[in-house]
Amino acid sequence: MIELDRVSYGYRGNPLFSHLSLTLAPGSFHFLTGPSGAGKTTLLRLCYADLRAMGGKVRLFGQDAATLNRDAVAMSRRRIGVVHQDCQFLDHLSIAENIALPLTVSDRAGEVAGNLEELLSWVGLDAQARQLPPELSGGERQRAALARAVIVSPDVIIADEPTGNVDWEMSQRLLGLLIELNKMGKTILIATHDLAMIRSMKSDVSARVLRLQGGQLQQAGAEL
Amino acid sequence: MKALLELIVGDPQADRSVPPTGLTARLTVFVSVVMAFLAVITLAVSLTTGRVAGLWAEELAQSATLRLPADPATADALLLSALEVLETTPGISSVRALSQDEQQALLEPWFGPDLPLEALPVPQLIEIVADGDGYDADGLRARLTAQVPGAILDDHTAWRAPLLEAASRVRLIGWSVILLIGATIAAMITLAAQASLAANVQVIRVLRLVGAKDAYIARAFVRRYTLRAGGGAIAGVILGVIVVLLMPQGDPGGSLLMGVGFAGAEWLWPLLIPLLAAIVAFFATRAAAFRRLKEQT
Repeated sequence: MIELDRVSYGYRGNPLFSHLSLTLAPGSFHFLTGPSGAGKTTLLRLCYADLRAMGGKVRLFGQDAATLNRDAVAMSRRRIGVVHQDCQFLDHLSIAENIALPLTVSDRAGEVAGNLEELLSWVGLDAQARQLPPELSGGERQRAALARAVIVSPDVIIADEPTGNVDWEMSQRLLGLLIELNKMGKTILIATHDLAMIRSMKSDVSARVLRLQGGQLQQAGAEL
Repeated sequence: MKALLELIVGDPQADRSVPPTGLTARLTVFVSVVMAFLAVITLAVSLTTGRVAGLWAEELAQSATLRLPADPATADALLLSALEVLETTPGISSVRALSQDEQQALLEPWFGPDLPLEALPVPQLIEIVADGDGYDADGLRARLTAQVPGAILDDHTAWRAPLLEAASRVRLIGWSVILLIGATIAAMITLAAQASLAANVQVIRVLRLVGAKDAYIARAFVRRYTLRAGGGAIAGVILGVIVVLLMPQGDPGGSLLMGVGFAGAEWLWPLLIPLLAAIVAFFATRAAAFRRLKEQT
């Protein structure tokens, strides 16, 4: 699905990581951990072509991301659902319209009616459908972001600290939704620094846990 | 062409994806109203100048004056000879010797009303009116030289050329002003669109991240500014036409200031202004939007 082959990236001449490789196979479930500033968000952004690698190759669905034009990047993003850490929405549109946005920008507005109601119910936001994003709590925004990420039934779901702003109960519920999607065949990549949350999920999903630290990506071990 | 069709049909969802902007929208409409108004007035003055100058030039081109020597001894004979030559010249529809009163009226601006014309050696003038095809001026001059010695044919070429030149310049200035107005609309729309795009960086980022192509995002801005410019221009044209209709009307051949306005097919020109404003806005916004989007991830 997504492959990072000896990828390098840095900011203002300071390398964040180099020669980093990662393969997200179809139907796989990955956790990405590491301390703040290690480059987790940067790694995720490389995975959905929001950043261009400074070295190495990023392949999205078999295509070299460096050779994709802007329209091709947009088409790739329609196959990748992204849940951002800060849950960016269009604040002048209702939650229902925000969740339906990936369909409407893809000229698939006709599918909204069928999918939206079911999705709102799935994430428990039926009552908030007409509200504007600023009127929602942190947990509700996270669930809305998840709903928006999956409404086009993407092949890959990438979530950056999806439980960062919610309580334990809500984080369990959100992860439960992601595990459910993985069982439906979706490829999942979640960046989190919450090891307790990963431990609690280990029995529910066969996940690979990776640790990004000091510019190196390694299989997490004893701490889990 | 496809982009224009999409613009006309519209996409309500794409339009809604960009939040409404208050001041920028009002300024865009206001500037479009003013520019369209100025364009109508400029067009009216420019077209009227061309029309009136053409009328004057046509009148001058159709007429000529023959001046006979002011010699009382030969005056009658010369007049008869001249009339005979003129009446037998192909292309001349009528000839008429000016009366003493008419000649006095012509001299009055310079010598006053009490001029004793009969006591002065004033040359006899003959008015010549050509028919549609006109006459051979060089051939006529040659015949006059032979049969009416001292007669001078003035076919008004010296008057007509600078008049046509001046009218041509006024029209050129008019079209230059129209072009400048178009460029001003383009510059204003570009600035407004860039301000709007800059204010909506976050919106654009979200749209890109959920898979929107640049064309989809640009469409929302392009449609918005095209409709604003076109709508504002319609209002400006209506105001301009009202002002033109309120201008004092009179014989356009008599005075330029009495005939400012549109005639016949010229009324189509003001109708084109909103369309041209919308086309200028369309391409200006589209260029600004795609340029800005390329700068953004």
